[in-house]
Amino acid sequence: MHAALPDRWEDALRAAALLAVDPDGLRGIVLRARVGPVRDAWWRLYEALLPDDPAPLRLPGGVTAGDLRDDTDLAATLAAGRQVVREGILTRAARRRLVVPMAERLERAIAAELGQRLDGEAAPAVIAWDEAAEAGEGCAPALADRLALSVDLDGLSRRDAAEDWAVTPKDIADARRHLPNVAVPEQVLADLTALTLSLGVSSLRAPLFALRAAQASAALVGAEEVEADDIALALRLVLLPRATRLPAPEAEAETEEAPIPPEEQTAKPSRDRTATEPAEALSPDAVLEAARAILPPDVLARLLSDPTTRRGGAGTGAGDERINLVRGRPAGTIRGRLDRSARIDIIGTLRAAVPWQGVRTPAGNQRVAILPQDIRLKRFREPRQSALIFIVDASGSAARGRLAETKGAIELMLGEAYARREDVALIAFRGADADLLLPPTRSLVQARRRLSALPGGGGTPLAAGLRSGAALAEQVRRGGTTPYLVLLTDGRGNVGLDGQPGRAAAAEDARRMARLIAGDGLASLLIDTANRPQKAAEDLAGHLGGQYVALPRANAAEMSALVRTARDAA
Amino acid sequence: MGHPFPFSAIVGQDEMKRALTIAAIDPSVGGVLAFGDRGTGKSTAVRALAGLLPRIDVVRGCPYNCAPEAPAAACPHCSDLANIETRQRPTPVVDLPLGATEDRVVGALDLERALTRGEKAFEPGLLAQAHRGFLYIDEVNLLEDHLVDLLLDVAATGDNVVEREGLSVRHPARFVLVGSGNPEEGELRPQLLDRFGLSVEIGSPTEVAERVEVIRRRDAFERDGGAFLSQWADAESIHRDRISEAQHRLDEVTTPDIVLEKIAELCIALGADGLRGELTLMRTARALAAFTGESSVTTAHIRAVAPSALRHRLRRDPLDEAGSTSRVNRAVDDVLG
Repeated sequence: MHAALPDRWEDALRAAALLAVDPDGLRGIVLRARVGPVRDAWWRLYEALLPDDPAPLRLPGGVTAGDLRDDTDLAATLAAGRQVVREGILTRAARRRLVVPMAERLERAIAAELGQRLDGEAAPAVIAWDEAAEAGEGCAPALADRLALSVDLDGLSRRDAAEDWAVTPKDIADARRHLPNVAVPEQVLADLTALTLSLGVSSLRAPLFALRAAQASAALVGAEEVEADDIALALRLVLLPRATRLPAPEAEAETEEAPIPPEEQTAKPSRDRTATEPAEALSPDAVLEAARAILPPDVLARLLSDPTTRRGGAGTGAGDERINLVRGRPAGTIRGRLDRSARIDIIGTLRAAVPWQGVRTPAGNQRVAILPQDIRLKRFREPRQSALIFIVDASGSAARGRLAETKGAIELMLGEAYARREDVALIAFRGADADLLLPPTRSLVQARRRLSALPGGGGTPLAAGLRSGAALAEQVRRGGTTPYLVLLTDGRGNVGLDGQPGRAAAAEDARRMARLIAGDGLASLLIDTANRPQKAAEDLAGHLGGQYVALPRANAAEMSALVRTARDAA
Repeated sequence: MGHPFPFSAIVGQDEMKRALTIAAIDPSVGGVLAFGDRGTGKSTAVRALAGLLPRIDVVRGCPYNCAPEAPAAACPHCSDLANIETRQRPTPVVDLPLGATEDRVVGALDLERALTRGEKAFEPGLLAQAHRGFLYIDEVNLLEDHLVDLLLDVAATGDNVVEREGLSVRHPARFVLVGSGNPEEGELRPQLLDRFGLSVEIGSPTEVAERVEVIRRRDAFERDGGAFLSQWADAESIHRDRISEAQHRLDEVTTPDIVLEKIAELCIALGADGLRGELTLMRTARALAAFTGESSVTTAHIRAVAPSALRHRLRRDPLDEAGSTSRVNRAVDDVLG
């Protein structure tokens, strides 16, 4: 049985080699890792493979969509008095390597433009650093789907990141030359495609990327055709990170195929490879084993248990600016750098420039001498988006009904969500913990899918529900959206934060969480679902600093109307 | 190679290919909205169709792609020219990026000229570039509402009118609007949904054999584009010719009264709001009849295109579990028998 951690580092290094061999076919890599010595070590080893390539470009923080494209450099044009064109980042990055730091916070618009460029020719090879701390966030899908490889270095320590690696620039150059000669047996193509399907990966790019990765891997050892090890590597680096489900283990208890032996730490890629057939590398058992080795434990657990869960970041990362420069209601004028993503305030600019005309000389063809510091931009204010976070008590016998009504209320609200610019989310607590059943979404389709099977029954971990709600609210806030919590409970928890039963501790924990929520300034509404309104619930609402309403037999329509009214009044 | 993937070589996606073909035959049908996950070949199909269509003649240097034999009266560039030179170019396909601002889409004051030379000039935007071609919007359900409104307005009238910052410009902008979106990401407003002519549901093929063929062809195309294109050249020109003939024959296709009645019955049965459903269904069926070489529209044509024309116009009932496509098919069975 091979230890998990060294394999991940090995795989990361192999990924670097594959990317160096075929940047065109693979397009890039998403590297999930915090800033630190492990990531630096990987980067050093990767760069060492391509000493003759031009240095990689880096996407600057705060880059705007305008910076990506070629454009007239207005400030320089003003200074010179004739047109000066500035090359966009994407033009400069054509066919070169482009590092995208903080990929999880990349604005959607930027990710979309970058993604579009990746679809075309003269695309850059993108190395995306995914620095997300939370499990829910991740690199924007528009970008991640277009990058073949994906590696997770989270949790590795400096000690695991051995730097004695035997792949040299010459190996890379040889592999590049050999790549067009690598054949792919027909059966391998069919098997890869079938596997992609069984992993629940719908994107058609994925199997093609897997094919390219396998070919690059074979090219590295000078093999004539793709073999089992290459396919297994493609499985780990391309397909498993995209999986939304795992195949069931084979029922037969026949002797297992020899597990693919771990390559030694200092092994050069060699012709001395496993004798297994390519097909065996893709058997469900092999897949499951690979998944256990490389996927983070929480992702693995989710894939194994919940068939309806989707992987990957659903969040949009960094939010839009609150004070907007392009849309919303006008809100004055500010000085600013001029690029195409802002609306220039011509009158304001002229007003700023006119007083200085006596001492300025117009350059070139200018009639009015305008300098960059005169530029004024229009400012807009956009109505803030909001997110409704339902926290529902799913414990005990009344759970099913309560959950069903909440689901109905959510669907009713989502039916009109487009008009209200509102996301809706659902957290249910029962047993020992709380689950985020529906991440913030505006999509009725998604709500239906995720809420089709609702679990219920068990103890009442009220504090855990509040804690999850508070955490989600914070995440949502960071994205620039205003959260509003709706708590459905009778106020009587019996499971504490540590997962242990005990009314007193549970109540104390719940109070503490409630006061934290109030302290964070989060608006909330507590809907008392007990048959007779409870003091406990009312007290809790007091600690939350929010509103309280008793609704003993809540039905979907009443609930949604109530939430809407309370929300508008808040 | 700069040539897009051949349209006829696309595996499956029959509904999408037919919708695009119909939109090319009769642009008055309206745009095409494609629902589906990412990576399912939506933008490939649009580009492929544009690559299939014959090259167009344009006035050299005109940023609005004006046709030389009839430069638009409204075209600011061509109305000034005494001597018109022509050149050929492929049918334009313009991508609308997600963060596009109104300025970029519609066009704006040419700031460089304004600030350096004090001249008022119009800098054409993406709509000008898309004239006589296709405008493809990825993730249309994330685009701002007012931009979608604007695009649909222009698509309906064929003219882009800009009145801002001292400018008053009008230029032709006739294009086929193709939008793609993933319903999981968010809903499109019903008013906007209704203004798209056809809708298509795209899933990646679930049959392994079909998926393998997709990958195989894509792989062959990437490895040796020239050979792949020659292999498919015949199929491409057959399709191109059929589209041409259909365009010419379109006016001669008749729609019998009984068929019109059926169309109306169908829309009433489905509770589709407004009359756009009927108009679109009629135009679509007529274009299909022209494409298949028939001289009049029959109920078979209606049956074939009803889901595309109607599934996105149904009043949304959050409590109804059935998908829209099956609702349309049920109604079709009821009305047409």
